[in-house]
Amino acid sequence: MNPSFLLAVTLLLPLVGAVFMALTGGRPNVREAVTLVTAGLLAASVFALLKDVLAGGQAAATLVEVAPGLPLHLQVEPLGMLFACVASGLWIINSLYSIGYMRGNGEQNQTRFYICFAIAISSSMGIAFAGNMFTLFIFYETLTLSTYPLVAHKGTDEAKRGARVYLGLLMGTSIGFQMVAIIWTWIAAGTLDFTVGGILRDKIDPTLLPILLALYMFGIGKAALMPFHRWLPSAMVAPTPVSALLHAVAVVKAGVFTVLKVIVYIFGIDLLAETGASQWLIGVAAFTMLAASLVAMTKDNLKARLAYSTISQLSYIVLGAALATSFGILGGALHIATHAMGKITLFMCAGAIYVATHKTEISQMDGLGRKMPFTYAAFLVGSLSIIGLPPLAGVWSKWYLAMGAVETGVWMVVAFYMISSLLNVAYLIPVVARGFFRPSPNPVPQSVGAAAAPAKDGLEEAPLLCVLPPCLTAAGCVILFFYADEVIDLLRPIVS
Amino acid sequence: MTGPTLSGIIPHLPALQVVVPLLAAPICFLLRRGSVCWGFATLVSWAAFAMSLMLLEAVLTDGTIRYAMGGWIAPWGIEYVVDATNAIVLVIVSGIGAAVMPYARRSVMAEIPASQHGLYYTAYLLCLAGLLGVTITGDAFNVFVFLEITSLSSYILVSAGAGMDRRALTAAYNYLVLGTVGATFFVIGVGLLYMVTGTLNIIDLSERVPALQDNRTVHVAFAFIVVGMGLKLALFPLHTWLPNAYTYAPSTGTAFLAATSTKVSVYVLLRFLFVVFAPSYGFMALTLDYVLLPLALIAMVAATIAAIYQYNIKRLLAYSSVAQLGYMVLGIAYGSVEGLTAAILHLFNHALMKGALFLALGCIMLRVGDVTMRGVQGLGRQMPWTMAAFVTGGLSLIGVPLTVGFISKWYLITAALDDGRWPIAVVILASSLLAIIYVWKIVEAAYLKEPPAGRVVREAPLSMLVPTWVLVLANIGFGISAEYTVGVARTAAIGLLGGTP
Repeated sequence: MNPSFLLAVTLLLPLVGAVFMALTGGRPNVREAVTLVTAGLLAASVFALLKDVLAGGQAAATLVEVAPGLPLHLQVEPLGMLFACVASGLWIINSLYSIGYMRGNGEQNQTRFYICFAIAISSSMGIAFAGNMFTLFIFYETLTLSTYPLVAHKGTDEAKRGARVYLGLLMGTSIGFQMVAIIWTWIAAGTLDFTVGGILRDKIDPTLLPILLALYMFGIGKAALMPFHRWLPSAMVAPTPVSALLHAVAVVKAGVFTVLKVIVYIFGIDLLAETGASQWLIGVAAFTMLAASLVAMTKDNLKARLAYSTISQLSYIVLGAALATSFGILGGALHIATHAMGKITLFMCAGAIYVATHKTEISQMDGLGRKMPFTYAAFLVGSLSIIGLPPLAGVWSKWYLAMGAVETGVWMVVAFYMISSLLNVAYLIPVVARGFFRPSPNPVPQSVGAAAAPAKDGLEEAPLLCVLPPCLTAAGCVILFFYADEVIDLLRPIVS
Repeated sequence: MTGPTLSGIIPHLPALQVVVPLLAAPICFLLRRGSVCWGFATLVSWAAFAMSLMLLEAVLTDGTIRYAMGGWIAPWGIEYVVDATNAIVLVIVSGIGAAVMPYARRSVMAEIPASQHGLYYTAYLLCLAGLLGVTITGDAFNVFVFLEITSLSSYILVSAGAGMDRRALTAAYNYLVLGTVGATFFVIGVGLLYMVTGTLNIIDLSERVPALQDNRTVHVAFAFIVVGMGLKLALFPLHTWLPNAYTYAPSTGTAFLAATSTKVSVYVLLRFLFVVFAPSYGFMALTLDYVLLPLALIAMVAATIAAIYQYNIKRLLAYSSVAQLGYMVLGIAYGSVEGLTAAILHLFNHALMKGALFLALGCIMLRVGDVTMRGVQGLGRQMPWTMAAFVTGGLSLIGVPLTVGFISKWYLITAALDDGRWPIAVVILASSLLAIIYVWKIVEAAYLKEPPAGRVVREAPLSMLVPTWVLVLANIGFGISAEYTVGVARTAAIGLLGGTP
C-alpha cells in the first residue's frame, strides 16, 4: 500500500473504530471485538510503515492547509516511528487488559471509555507523525481533551477534582506557554517544519534562546517537569487501563517525545550545545528526577507511587535531551520504549491486584505475592527493567543516557542517574518483597472481589485477561533487551 | 429562471440584498398566520443568504461594487458599496439568519404566545433588512437610518421574551434607552462631519476628512462616533444593556442578535475608523492605543471573570460575548494589517460560535425550560446531541485547535507578538484560560452530575438540531481549513488600511 496513504490511515483507523464502537455499544462482545480488530489493524499499518522507513522511505502527507503557511502535515521520521510502534503495539495488549479489568470491576459507561481511548490513540498517532510543530500542537491538545473523560470516568467527587487538575494544568501550560513558544518560533523562523538540525539558527537572539526553550519545556506539561507535574498523580483516579496505557505510555511519552522533537528538530542539538541554552534544563530535570523519586518512596498508594516514579523517569529523558549530545538523545528516545514496556507492566499488575482484591495501598498487600505469583513475577520483571538490570530492556537506555552525560563531561549528571537508579530500587523492590516475604494478615482477607471465595492458600489471581497482558509486557522487557540494537539503528539518523 | 433574466438581476443584487427583506416585512405582517409567516421569513432569509454569497463571490473576483440607488449618482443619491470587508459581514448576517429560521418554528411556538408569532417574524425581517442595510450602504446618514430600523426591531425581538419572563420588558427598555443614546451620538458625529466636509458619502468623506486631521470639529465627530458605536457594540464599560437583553430575549432572538447585531456595529466602527478618519497621528491615532486598547483588554478579562460567576447560562454566554467583543476591538486597536485581519476573522468566527451555542441553549430551553446550571445537570445523557453541540461550541470559545476559536486566537496572538507587544499576548492567553473555567463548569454539570430526580426529557427535535449542528460543523470546518476565511479577512484588512476600499 502507498505509504502516504497508510500514514493517513493510522490516524483515521482508530476514529473509524470509534464510530463502530459507538454503533455496537449495546453489545459488549461485539464492541470489544471492534476494539481488538482496530488495534490489530493499526499495529499492522504502523508495522508496514516501519518496514518502509527501514527501507529508507520517508512517507509524507498533507491533510489540509489550516491557514496560509500552516498545513496539517504528516511526515514519518525515526523518532515518531518509534513512538507510534510503542503506542500502537501496546494498545493491543492494553485492550485485552481493559476487557478483563473493566468487566472484572463492573465499571459504568464502558462504551464511552473505549471510544475515548480510540480517539486518544488516534491523537497519539497524530503526534507521532506530525511533520511540523503546528500539527503536533493540534494533536497534543486533542489528546488532552480525549483523555479528560477517561480521567473523570468514575464521576465521583475525587475523580472530578483529579480531572480538573488534569485538564487545568495540561491546557493551562499548553495554551499559556507552548502556544506562545510556537507562535514566537513561527514569527522568528517563518516555518514550523521539523528539520534535521533545527530551524532557529541565526533566527533568534541567542540570549533569548533559554527563554524560548523554557516556554517549550514548561509548555509541554505532559512531560511533567516540576513544578507542573501535579496532573499526573491526579490522573491516577482513572481506571487502571487508562493509567497503564495513557499515563505510563501514550500521554506522558507524547510529552517527552515532543520535548525530543523540539530539541532535535526545532532548536537542533548543535545550536543548544554551542549556546548552552539548555544548561538550566539539566538542573530542573535532575531535580525533578530525584525529587519525584523521593516523593515516590513516601507514597503508600501503589498507583501514586508508580505515578511519581513515572515523573522521575520522564525527567531521565528530558535530562538526556538537555545534554544536547547524540548519546543523550538516543538514550532518551530509547528510554521512551523501554520505560513504556516496564511501566505498563507495573500498572497492569497494580490493576490486577485491585481487580482480585480491591486493595490499593502497599501496606495492605503483605503476602499477596504468594496468592498472585504471576502478577508479582511480572511486577518484579518490570521493576528490574526500570531499575536497569540486565537482561532487561531498561539497562540500555540508562547506558546510553549515562554515556551522553559522560560525553559532555558533566560527571555530576552521571551521579544523578546512578542515585536515581538506587532510589528506584528503594521504592519498587519493597512492593515485591512485602508480597512474597511478609505473612498475609490473618484471618480472612477483607477483600470485596474475593469475598465469595473462602480464604484458602491457593491462587487468587485476577481474571486471565488481567494477568496475561502484564506477563506479555514483562516478556517484552526481556525481548527488547536483545533487540535494542535494532531500535538504535532505527534512531541513528536523527542525530547524524 | 432563464439566463437573460438572471443576468438582468445580478447587477441589482446590492439593492435587492436589502430591499427583499425590507419589503418582505410588511408582507409578512399581512400574512398574519404564524406558520405561514415562518415559511415566508425562512424563504426570504435563504434568498438573502444566496444573494450575499453571490455578492461575496463577485467582490472577490471583480473587486469593489458601487451601486447608485435609484440611478442617482453618488453625491446626490445614496450609494451602496460592497467590498471584501462588508461582503463577509453580509454573509455572516444573512447566513446566521438562514440557519436560525428553520430552527425558529418549534422554538418560537414554545416560547412566544401564538398571537404574536406573525409580529415576531415581521420584526425579525425588519431587523435582518436593517442589519444588511447598515452593512451595505456607502452613505453615512443611511447607516444611521438602517441602524435605527435594526435597533427598533431588535427591541421588539427582546421584549417578545416577556411571555416567558416579564423581565424581558425592562431589559428591552434598558436596551432602548442606551441604544438610542448610542444612535444619537452616532448621528451627531455624522452631522458634524457633514458640517465640515459637506458630504455624507463615505467614499467622499474618506477623501476629505484625512486632510482635516487637526480640525477640532472632526475630532469631536470622531469622539461621538466612537462612543456611539462603542455603545452599540457593547464595548466595556458601555456593555451594560447586553447581558439582560440576551438573557431575556427568546432563544431565537438571542441567537440571531448575538451572532449578528454587535458584529455589524464592529463593522461600522472599522469602516469609520480606518476609511473615513484613517488617523495617522495625533488625537485620533492615540485613541486607538490609549482608549480602545485598554478597554478591550479590560473587557477580555473582566467580562470573562463575570461570566465565570453566572448561574444562568444565557447570561454567562452574554458576558462571554462582551469579552469576545473585546478581542475584536483589540484587533482593531492594533491598527495593523495583522490586527485587522484577526479582528475580522474573529468577527466571522465568533458569529459561528455564539450562533451554535445559543441555538443549543434554545434546544435545552425547549425541552427542559431552564437554562441555568441546574437545568443542564445530567443532560449529557438525556440530550446527547444537544450537549455535544454545546460542548463543541464551548471548545471553540476556549480556542481549542481544530475549531474556529483557535484560528482567531492564533491570529490575535500573532498580531500581538508581531508588534512585540508581549503583555497583550499574555492577557489574551489569560483570558482564554479563564474561559476554560466557565465552559467546564457547564461540562461538569451536564456530564458528571445526575439529572434532578424525576426529570425526564427527550432529545430536541430534528428541525432544531440540524441548524444547530450546521453551525457546529461550520465551527469545525472553518477551524480545520481556514485558508478561505483568512484570505478574505486579509483582503478586507488591506482594503481598509489602503484608505479607499
